[in-house]
Amino acid sequence: MRYYSKDHEWIEVVGDVVTVGITDYAQGQLGDVVFVELPAAGTEVEAGKEAAVVESVKAASEVFAPVSGTIIEANAALEATPDLVNSAPEGDGWFFKLNLSNPGELEGLLDEAGYKAFVETL
Amino acid sequence: MSMMSEGRPTQPLAGAGHSVATFTGNRALMLEEPLIFESGSAEVTGVDLEPVPAHASRLGGLERKGAIGLPGLAEGEAVRHYTRLSRQNYGIDLGLFPLGSCTMKHNPRLNEKVARLPGFADVHPLQPQDTVQGALELIHELAEWLKALTNMPAVAMAPKAGAHGELCGMLAIRAAHEARGDARSVVLVPESAHGTNPATAAFCGYRVESIPADARGRVDTAALLARLGPDVAAVMITNPNTCGLFEPDLKRISDAVHAAGGYVYCDGANFNAIVGRVRPGDLGVDAMHINLHKTFSTPHGGGGPGSGPVVFSEALAPFAPLPFVVEEGGRLHLVEEESASAENHGQSFGRMSAFHGQMGMFVRALAYIKSHGADGLRQVAEDAVLNANYVLRSLDDLLSAPFGDSGPCMHEALFDDGFLKDTGVTTLDVAKALIDEGFHPMTMYFPLVVHGAMLIEPTETESRARLDEFIASLRGLAEAARAGDAGRFRTAPHFAPRSRLDETRAARSPVLAWTPAQTAE
Repeated sequence: MRYYSKDHEWIEVVGDVVTVGITDYAQGQLGDVVFVELPAAGTEVEAGKEAAVVESVKAASEVFAPVSGTIIEANAALEATPDLVNSAPEGDGWFFKLNLSNPGELEGLLDEAGYKAFVETL
Repeated sequence: MSMMSEGRPTQPLAGAGHSVATFTGNRALMLEEPLIFESGSAEVTGVDLEPVPAHASRLGGLERKGAIGLPGLAEGEAVRHYTRLSRQNYGIDLGLFPLGSCTMKHNPRLNEKVARLPGFADVHPLQPQDTVQGALELIHELAEWLKALTNMPAVAMAPKAGAHGELCGMLAIRAAHEARGDARSVVLVPESAHGTNPATAAFCGYRVESIPADARGRVDTAALLARLGPDVAAVMITNPNTCGLFEPDLKRISDAVHAAGGYVYCDGANFNAIVGRVRPGDLGVDAMHINLHKTFSTPHGGGGPGSGPVVFSEALAPFAPLPFVVEEGGRLHLVEEESASAENHGQSFGRMSAFHGQMGMFVRALAYIKSHGADGLRQVAEDAVLNANYVLRSLDDLLSAPFGDSGPCMHEALFDDGFLKDTGVTTLDVAKALIDEGFHPMTMYFPLVVHGAMLIEPTETESRARLDEFIASLRGLAEAARAGDAGRFRTAPHFAPRSRLDETRAARSPVLAWTPAQTAE
């Protein structure tokens, strides 16, 4: 099941494991991504708090954890090829995976149609 | 062919120049210039040195064996190299430099004349103090001016630039909290503050919390006041802020911050908009840096160095760093040792830098202050604000000014990229096209609070005629973008020594050191 946040992150939930990335809209706004700073495995992240940093030719931006949990894995491929965030934001350009600590937080997120409608208001 | 009144052609003849290839690759006075490593040769030298006599090295295994790889050039070639490069550069002495938040104003030549007087130019910081009484008097007099202009009782002259001054102010705030055993961990920074502010607070070990801007481009005062508490060490606020707007609630904010046990740091980089008109001490500010290289016209942007003295309130003055000048029995004395400051400054947090600050900049800044006088400085601020509003109101019908309804701006005019919507042209493209027009681009994509920001600071030293040229160029570009002429933008600049550079590749795969192999490629 895929959810979206109003901070332009997407999450894919499979059991307790959640994959997090930024949306196609977000990468378009950022422009060419040149660097991604990711949390180390084992880091506890809190919903709505900074979990990663993405740097484009225009600016450095914080990426917030859409849900709370413990980081299992960061996408090592982004270190050498940050352009994956531009070319495949909602696929190979994922940021990190975490173990969901509070499934109730999913209720505060948008579904695909909801996010699409939200982006149209921007 | 259209002709100017003088009868000269206004357009180059079709095909003139560009279609003819020269044998050197140069175009008349525009010279191609290789890297100095590519043109120099290790066998050439600008000076004749005697061969080194036979000697036994005392360096042992540390002796260098290989070539050092420095290029050798005769003096004349070295001078030509850098002079040619300088011709491909753009600076305030060539034209309008409207880089928002940077205050690229004219550097008066009177300042330079004074700074070259041997009594100032040839002093050394380790000279006996009796031999540099004049230099100390100059530092002292400049300090008194800065205190008077800000209505603040103390000033640290040593910080070397704006961000260094921020660090100085925040270290004093931390020292003040520590002195009373008050452990506070948070610094509040409005979104309308300069980008260096959160970096400074984080560098000092504080956790930074952002306070949103309101819809009119100013700090959300209610949100800021609601966040105050026993964990907040300080608020760092930029006034005028980086949207080019005055923060009218600063006094109310300062009172509330003080009541909650915190301090107010004001980023004074934009002091040029209010100098002589507003005294930050009257607004409850506890510490503020003053960029001598902005407000007081000393050179910067490659020609620096910067200089960022920090003024302090009564509450923070005891924690100000060394050194400072005091008058003792008709003689000026530089207090450099912490032990020597035990009487009044025993709580000083230490030193910001070796020696006493940027002496050459102090000379220039005081020359600027004294040649303008108090009334002249007031006019500096008034004219800076007038020029920025002239730019804002000459463009806001065609460009989009997100806070155009927030009243007059201060020293800089802020636009967003709303007027480029659906044109395929971006803020970056407009900046590149401005290079073709012969201007340095404005600040772009900052502040972050507006989309595709273009921040234009004309400064008071531009005449109306120069501003009109710039405005006409920007209007022409906006109209071209809106008319669907995206092609001319995408590959701009066309007439610079290098056209559009691949900024993405430069950031993703930076090449920071030259090797011969790269030239071979």
